[in-house]
Amino acid sequence: MNAPTGSTRLLDGLESKGTVGIDAHLARWGTLPTLGSRALLEAVDQSGLRGHGGAWFPVGTKWRAVAGGGRSKPVVVANGAEGEPASGKDRFLLRRSPHLVLDGAAVAAAAIGASRVVVHVTADRVADVERALTERDARGVDRCTFDVVVAPDRFLAGQESAAVNTVNGRSPGIPSFVGIRSVREQGVAGRPTLVQNVETLAHVALIARYGPQWFRSVGTHESPGTALTTVTGLWDTPRIVEVPLGSTLGHSLGIGPDKSAGFQAALLGGYGGGWVPTATALTMPYTEESARQHGTSIGAGVVVLLPTGVCPLAEAARVIRYMEGEGAGQCGPCVNGLDLLATSFEHLAYRPRSLRGGVAVLPTLCGLVEGRGACRHPDGVARFVRTAVDVFGDHAALHLSRGPCQATRPVLPVPTAAVPAR
Amino acid sequence: MRRPRYRLVVDPIACDGAGVCAELLPEMISLDPWGFPIIASGEVPPGLVELAQRATVSCPRLALTLVRLDG
Repeated sequence: MNAPTGSTRLLDGLESKGTVGIDAHLARWGTLPTLGSRALLEAVDQSGLRGHGGAWFPVGTKWRAVAGGGRSKPVVVANGAEGEPASGKDRFLLRRSPHLVLDGAAVAAAAIGASRVVVHVTADRVADVERALTERDARGVDRCTFDVVVAPDRFLAGQESAAVNTVNGRSPGIPSFVGIRSVREQGVAGRPTLVQNVETLAHVALIARYGPQWFRSVGTHESPGTALTTVTGLWDTPRIVEVPLGSTLGHSLGIGPDKSAGFQAALLGGYGGGWVPTATALTMPYTEESARQHGTSIGAGVVVLLPTGVCPLAEAARVIRYMEGEGAGQCGPCVNGLDLLATSFEHLAYRPRSLRGGVAVLPTLCGLVEGRGACRHPDGVARFVRTAVDVFGDHAALHLSRGPCQATRPVLPVPTAAVPAR
Repeated sequence: MRRPRYRLVVDPIACDGAGVCAELLPEMISLDPWGFPIIASGEVPPGLVELAQRATVSCPRLALTLVRLDG
């Protein structure tokens, strides 16, 4: 029941396959201490924990906003929708260590004065969560009630207001316009609602046990702790790695300069994130702050290393078309703008001579969609496009002067419309 | 008492690009290539608040709102 001393925290004890059941969970981590709301809010504030669902918003600030969001009792949504095709860390955690997530949700409920938790997960994780909840019921470990709601299989399912709409049984997986009133004030059943990513909640479970000082013993001042990261492109299949924030990916992944030559660039933050040169990805401190300085985000902890020998523009074009199709179809600028962006990028990738106005039209089109949706979907696509134009500029010039590349086997995972279930 | 300060917010889900707002308040609203409004960010200049108010009530979808900047 000792606190982990190194930078393996959430993955501690998960070396062997299989789910950590309630007995093994309690043997490793012990029972949750019973702390009051004020002590929990203070611990989370002092820990400096930020949201690992992609936005990196300070967790304590969000909890206080929901706790003070209205007179009615708030609700917690443990969000494991994980709609990002290149991410697998939330599903990994829900299968291997569901009790850590549920502990964190129970802590969040106690902190903000909620008595109801909704666990919002993909269809392939419902059984894992229900089994864990049955074990907890038998032990009587929780004071709050838990429901499980299936997240639809789409990119936007985990967006805060989309998750609330799914739970409310209205427009599942479709975001609302929350420019005036957010789900923090009015969400599930009209109650103030805390939507928190499942990995974030797992960190909360450890902060409640070992305290904010322990949490801060790894990471940087602004980004303390570790981050589960889904790494694609380095091994035969994607792997989940726990990266100490502020360290380098080169160190965490064991990639020296010799090995990095095998990659053309890295995508950080997934399909709403952005491209950076491989050397940047491997040597910058792995934090949201440095990612933003390089024009991207670490988002939900998605890293894709793009190998040499594939056309980066064709890879990007497939992703942009996928993202266009994953829009909710509600906002005029996004519906029209993303389609034109996807078409223009397809020209650059496959028919470069039909790209009227050259590569410069792409950033101009990005400017037409940024900040103009009800949610941030168009902003993410614009970031992906802008950084692709920057990082693959030389390759784009080759397309324009010599024509497109030969088709290669797709690398970036994009679910096809014909196969809706992942 | 200080005069209230406002900004303009469009609900992009409700908006269907009728374009009435851009006609009534061209100082702050232009239209993109598809006819959807691009709203100037920041405070509505005090001299334009009344015109902005008129634009909000004239929107056929009631998609345009004046929001108080200071609480």
